[in-house]
Amino acid sequence: MNWGEFFAMNGYAFYVWGSYGVTLLVFAVEIALVRNRRKKTLRELRLMRDEMGDGSTGEAA
Amino acid sequence: MAINWFKYSAPTTFYGLAGKLIPFFAWPAAILFAIGFYIGFFVAPTDAVQSEAYRIIFIHVPASILSMFIYLIMAGYAALGLIFNTRLSSMMAQALAPTGALFAFISLWTGALWGKPMWGAWWVWDARLTSELILLFLYLGFIALQASIEDPRRADRASALLAIIGSVNVPIIYFSVKWWNTLHQGSTIKFTGTSMHVAMQQAMFIVLVACWLYAIAVALARVRSIILERERNTQWVNELKEVRS
Repeated sequence: MNWGEFFAMNGYAFYVWGSYGVTLLVFAVEIALVRNRRKKTLRELRLMRDEMGDGSTGEAA
Repeated sequence: MAINWFKYSAPTTFYGLAGKLIPFFAWPAAILFAIGFYIGFFVAPTDAVQSEAYRIIFIHVPASILSMFIYLIMAGYAALGLIFNTRLSSMMAQALAPTGALFAFISLWTGALWGKPMWGAWWVWDARLTSELILLFLYLGFIALQASIEDPRRADRASALLAIIGSVNVPIIYFSVKWWNTLHQGSTIKFTGTSMHVAMQQAMFIVLVACWLYAIAVALARVRSIILERERNTQWVNELKEVRS
């Protein structure tokens, strides 16, 4: 079997690659969102600490 | 073994533990996805009836199973949080919801792309498909309800009730193909054995395990952010090196 035949999926290429392509895309988007959320959360925590002055006391208002 | 499991039910200690555990789930997930898809595309033979279109099964079935299991685990955590008032359980439920919704979406999406060439329709209002769609809406409802209530503990309680009540939908999805005359076929894998080719079974099982590991890794990563957001006014969060730097 050559690659052209493989990608053609015997006429079902749209359905098969449409399934796997979207699945992998959805995984990639989720991973990116989780990473961004962590970055954003840490950024906000640092900002909050800076606004409170000395963060080392840790006593939040 | 003198492991104090209760220690890890505190967000303080679980935050660090979750961070250490993530790579042990994420890497095996990536490797197993590669192996599972390799077997699914290069080892498993062409189907006599469905030709190459059947290969959608290797993602459709694992995603559908995960969408149901994650819901039950989410509802279980939400119930624990409601009964024992444990913060971390509610945070775990919150962390699982988006991943569960995503698997429900993949199940419906791949199902539509499989239904079109095989049944001639992207969608039918059949019991199996409709109950899976309701599952997706339950996830979205859980997420929306949690987000709409400002006080996190009140949000936990309200969304826990939704999650618990909604869990009756899961057995409905599972048994729908037996209870009703559905267009959707019955289970291919039965407790009494299966008619599937061994390579097909292997591919499906390996992708299923990969999906599990992926879901755990992503939920652990997400719960760490949820812990930080909810515990932002505490000393331990402000003393974390990633916050201090």
